[in-house]
Amino acid sequence: MDILIEILIYGSIRSITLALMALGFALVYGTSRVPNFAHGALYIINGFIVWSFLRLLGLNYFFSILLAIIVIGVIGALIYQIILIRVRGIAISEIIASYAIGLAILEGLRWGGFKGMTYTLPTFIQGSIFIVGVPVDLHRIVVLICGAALIGFLWLFTHYTRIGLALRGMAQDERAALMLGIDSDRMAVVAMVFGSMLAGLAAVLLLPLGNIVVESGYNVLILAIAVCIVGGLGSWMGAVLAAFLIGFAQILTEVYLGTHFKTVVALLAIIITLILRPSGLFGRQKELEERV
Amino acid sequence: MNNQPILQMRGVTKTFGGIFALNEVSFDLFESDILGIIGPNGSGKTTLVNCITGFIKMTYGEVLFRGKNISRRPAYKIADMGIARTFQIMRPYFSLPAYKNLVIPLFSPRAKRTGGWRGGGKLGDRNAVSIDILEEMGFERESYVPYKMASNLPTGYLKRLELARCLALKPEIILCDEVFSGLSMSEIASMVPLIERLQIEGITLIMIEHRLRELFQVANRVLVLNFGEKLIEGTPGEVMADKKVKEAYFGSEKVEEVETYA
Amino acid sequence: MEIGHRRKERLDRGVKVRTEGLYALMSWRELGYLTMPRLVLIIGMLILPLVMPSMYWQRVISIVCIYALLSLSFDFLAHFVGLVSLGGAFFIGSGGYIAAILNTILGLPPMVSIPISTLLGAVICTLFLFPCLPLRGVYFAIITLMFPLLLGRVIEALDILGGTDGILGVGSFTNSWVEQYFIILMVLFYLFGMRRLVNLDIGLVFRAVMDNDQAVRASGINLTYYKTVAVFIASSMGCLAGGYLAHIYMWAGLSMFALDFSILPIAATVIGGSGTLVGPVLGAFILVPISELLRAFGTLRIVFYALILLAFIVFRSEGIMVYGQRKYQQFEKWVKV
Repeated sequence: MDILIEILIYGSIRSITLALMALGFALVYGTSRVPNFAHGALYIINGFIVWSFLRLLGLNYFFSILLAIIVIGVIGALIYQIILIRVRGIAISEIIASYAIGLAILEGLRWGGFKGMTYTLPTFIQGSIFIVGVPVDLHRIVVLICGAALIGFLWLFTHYTRIGLALRGMAQDERAALMLGIDSDRMAVVAMVFGSMLAGLAAVLLLPLGNIVVESGYNVLILAIAVCIVGGLGSWMGAVLAAFLIGFAQILTEVYLGTHFKTVVALLAIIITLILRPSGLFGRQKELEERV
Repeated sequence: MNNQPILQMRGVTKTFGGIFALNEVSFDLFESDILGIIGPNGSGKTTLVNCITGFIKMTYGEVLFRGKNISRRPAYKIADMGIARTFQIMRPYFSLPAYKNLVIPLFSPRAKRTGGWRGGGKLGDRNAVSIDILEEMGFERESYVPYKMASNLPTGYLKRLELARCLALKPEIILCDEVFSGLSMSEIASMVPLIERLQIEGITLIMIEHRLRELFQVANRVLVLNFGEKLIEGTPGEVMADKKVKEAYFGSEKVEEVETYA
Repeated sequence: MEIGHRRKERLDRGVKVRTEGLYALMSWRELGYLTMPRLVLIIGMLILPLVMPSMYWQRVISIVCIYALLSLSFDFLAHFVGLVSLGGAFFIGSGGYIAAILNTILGLPPMVSIPISTLLGAVICTLFLFPCLPLRGVYFAIITLMFPLLLGRVIEALDILGGTDGILGVGSFTNSWVEQYFIILMVLFYLFGMRRLVNLDIGLVFRAVMDNDQAVRASGINLTYYKTVAVFIASSMGCLAGGYLAHIYMWAGLSMFALDFSILPIAATVIGGSGTLVGPVLGAFILVPISELLRAFGTLRIVFYALILLAFIVFRSEGIMVYGQRKYQQFEKWVKV
């Protein structure tokens, strides 16, 4: 009974974590069809920006988070405007270019000496509480609440604001959106900015739980891809549902098989989903079926 | 004429998420017929072609080719049996010259089997054979046209290339999905004899068309589809005279225009 | 200066036109024009081990050849079949582990274990990739990127095949000349073989699959069969390189599934010129030595080649080889419009 509750609590936390990691990727791909392989790099770089503001410039924690998220948005916009806009629509080039950006950022950070155990962010709230006999860090609770709030906010944003509706319109049919006066390149920049900010937010929420290490950039990318593929590339709410699926699957394997299999589960999820149902569990099948 | 139909459709139905793209369509096709299929936009004509050729799996119903059920076979097997098709949206192999486009169907098991040496069989020179076929379809042999990259060909030649690609398979049935659309009147006029020649060579044709005047010149039977259902099947004259067709297809106002067409 | 008033005009060089038909055989100059680039490539590759100053650089040549094979396999799959495979590491890993097992357990010498690992590895890779063949574009790219990661993690988690230590004590080549000329000849063999293949009728089918797979199906050709054949050919190249790598490092381990083997070939292909087959080999010969020279800078070299790759893909996506070919075959001049 105890272990069930533990699985339930930690499973939900893991799921929200995964959703946070994946939402930015899903937003960018869903809107502009650019698979942003630099997502993991944006995540990590934001961690270091916050750290720099906090430790090197000595700013207030909250203030440095705010600044860092603005900076990461600008970085995302620059990446799109300078590089990705030139290769948009060429699937191979998009992947290679964005992956090269990510690689350059991550390896550049590693070269710059950002490795080791010294880079940590403080948790928002210290301490832990017991929920039905299971100890949980307060910070994890914060992650849970913030993540859920963020998902809810995104839903409201995409359904009730002009920009959100324009983004959804573009996601559904870019040409039709163009005809209705939606500037597709501008919306793609907006999506990229939001995507980067989401990556940054995820970093701010999740990184205090551990050290900031460059390798986790690659892991975040893999997990984000896993969630988005299982949920259906381009489907945001699908991504959230898939995050819960993979999150609980990961926790279950961790409990019953061992922590080594954590990533194996995510990778297997990608491969199996792609083989059996390439459009994802919750994606629209339409596009693939119409390929007559 | 042979009494055994070459192709039989039995209650072919295809649904796309609750919408009936095809609803219980049945008809028989006899050897060396030209069957025209007409109908308003979205009436399921292309879906019908896709179902016959196996590009879409039909929800239920069956297609019999010479008495054999082919409705569950993969597309390449159906093509291998001799049912060739053209595509409405022409997409030749853009990175290859026109005559190399035909090497691909000539490389297929069916062409190797039926073609023999001259037809591009195992030892044959596929390039020479493909130029022969192209010439038959109206590409001038001595000109540079057959050697041009397919991406540089004008629409008229692309349509011929589509037909030539079918012909390279030595098919028994060709399903033409709007071969006349997008062509000028003179180009259509030069295509009509090609179609007629195919019929003389004993190839059965199903033609999906919007250009009724030209279709009725060549077709000896016409089937009308509307909202995925078969409205009527008969000779061009019978179809023209039918009230339901006029209403569904042309709207009741344009009756006079139709008569001048016929 | 307004750009709109002039454009670049390109005309074929006379000698290029003269060498297109049989007439090329009639003069030494035309024959030279045709064979020169090929001879330069072949002879250049054959004398490379002789002119290298040290053992270290001879080893670099072997590594270059490994990457050249991988780049060739990527270029073939991506630009002649239309399957963007990021699975270079998957091929290397399969070939490497098989060769290592054959050598350490059965005691087979390199000259036997490498061919076997080539074929067996290609069969295994093809079997793994077979269910993914209907996928295209981004989907195929992602799934092939995931396979090497997955295999690596599975080996790590289950602690099989030596676990994180890898398989140690793999036998090496007895003679360093054999070692080098073997892989150089293999690169040449595959390079000219592939160039021949893509112009054969079966090669035309591959290219047709890339252009318009639906029309290929409508032509009565089994799409899956030809894709399988193509994947088999491509993975045999990668597995050959993997088996060879295991023997020269005398070790097969998890780093064979590293992303390097997936990413560097792509960079080489983009820089060398995609869709030319020679270009990727050239790209490998440029990139790998550069990255060796920069080894002292640690991970900065990865940054460096990522940036080169980025610059090429954004600003010069045609690559060196296409550019060179154009200069070799055509005049260019600006004309007023």
